[in-house]
Amino acid sequence: MQRFINNPDEVVEDTVKGFVKAHADLVRLGSNPRVIAARHAPVGGKVGVITGGGSGHEPAFIGYTGRNMLDAVAVGELFSSPTAKSFLDAAREANGGKGVVCLYGNYAGDNMNVKMAIKLAAKEDIEIATVVANDDVCSAPPEEREKRRGVAGEIFMWKCAGAKAALGAGLQEVQAIAQRAIDNCRSIGVGLGPCTLPAVGHPNFVIEPGTMEVGIGHHGEPGVRVEPLKPAAEIAREMVKVVLDDHALAAGTEVAVLVSGLGATPVNELYILNDTIETEVSRRGLTIHKTYIGNYFTSLEMVGATLTVMALDTELKRLLDVDVDCPARL
Amino acid sequence: MQQFDNASAGDIVLSLADRIIENRAYLSEIDGKIGDGDHGVNMAKGFGMAADRIRGNDMSLATAFDTLGTVLMTEIGGSMGPLYGVMFTQFAETIEGSSSIDAGTFSAMLTNGLDGIQSIGSAKVGDKTLLDTLVPAIEAFDAANAGGKPFPEALDALVVAAEKGRDSTKDLVARIGRASRLGERSVGVLDAGATSCALILETLALGAKQKLQLSATVGR
Repeated sequence: MQRFINNPDEVVEDTVKGFVKAHADLVRLGSNPRVIAARHAPVGGKVGVITGGGSGHEPAFIGYTGRNMLDAVAVGELFSSPTAKSFLDAAREANGGKGVVCLYGNYAGDNMNVKMAIKLAAKEDIEIATVVANDDVCSAPPEEREKRRGVAGEIFMWKCAGAKAALGAGLQEVQAIAQRAIDNCRSIGVGLGPCTLPAVGHPNFVIEPGTMEVGIGHHGEPGVRVEPLKPAAEIAREMVKVVLDDHALAAGTEVAVLVSGLGATPVNELYILNDTIETEVSRRGLTIHKTYIGNYFTSLEMVGATLTVMALDTELKRLLDVDVDCPARL
Repeated sequence: MQQFDNASAGDIVLSLADRIIENRAYLSEIDGKIGDGDHGVNMAKGFGMAADRIRGNDMSLATAFDTLGTVLMTEIGGSMGPLYGVMFTQFAETIEGSSSIDAGTFSAMLTNGLDGIQSIGSAKVGDKTLLDTLVPAIEAFDAANAGGKPFPEALDALVVAAEKGRDSTKDLVARIGRASRLGERSVGVLDAGATSCALILETLALGAKQKLQLSATVGR
């Protein structure tokens, strides 16, 4: 594959530089060049909301920095956790004196680096509360939900928590709403083609032509099964079934739906999927309050898509509807 | 008394860096079979950066370990940054007050490094991680030491057990980290962390043996 890169070892540096130049009205580079902070951060008296993760998922994670969203983001190498120092520095950039919530995905490296950052932050009296996203249904069975990975549901978690913090809630309240938001999310990915880390130079995994991988992870983690590629409507039905079967929702429940491309899938195909997704979700008696379609959380140039469904209650709905201003479209 | 000087042993860490950098492509290749394929790249980057800061500065082993641990923890990230970062930082803290390092100090150093790793990670022996190399290696060193073996022979026992531990990961199912998502499909491949850990322990043991020999010839 042909790429727009300079040096394969400096992909993240170059991405961050271009990002900050493009969105200087909303974000700035932190004093640590592996941290992006919102232009306004920190806000005195407001709970800071941060995340962090490997690069290669743009617009996640950095693109969700902004007003009523994330105050700061720790930036890792491609598909690799940011350092403990970067998580700490993100907390420093976001700290308005009321503590910081760190809302991140369930991956071994992130868990360790956040844990160390919490210890370092405590030494300077910054309290960090965490919520670990685990919305990816296929990454572990329901009885081992704590092992599931975090994927695009993180965006809903950030949006609800960012709004809650902006409305003046305390640290525990923001943590609680983030936890509720992610507990109400279920996601699934379907992969049609692999991706390549530029410094490695060959694909991380193989998807044979004519097949698809159901339940694939955000870094190409293997799914639950490989099947012959089917028409979009059948794939969409299967995605809805996996997500909703894992999440017994009463008829009449309002939901938010997010269909994200994984990087190399054209947006029109996401609409093709959504045509059936909308039909299937409605057929189950659920009411779609809002639908998001686009490249929200990608995996380099992976071909594929993820579906996330979040069940809404009155408060989550109100928070989801709060206006935000960040580089990613929301 | 078999011991070597802490103050003049910082160059052992330079050998560690050389060894990791030599194995950059190999480590990435085995990691690529069940992981991201970036283990060699990230390790070589971190160890190389640390070597640049150590080279020419005539550091003690404690200071060189601290430099390496700090670079890994603050600049590398991922899983290996914090795991090896905390291990080398703990190594440094254990020996920083000792002017010379005997088998007892060496054992305490390894054990504290292991404790550091276990304080942040949740892996156990048998999960197909670097612990499958590190834990039996420390046990073998301690057993040889307790059995009255000289320090260099205990180091040999450490290397043998580390390599055996590394090789044991080939038949294991990964239970933690990215490879664990593969389940049974992870069998048949060495774990990249267990492999880099064996490289580190082998080079560390070789460096320590050379220092011990040197101490013996200068009659200390």
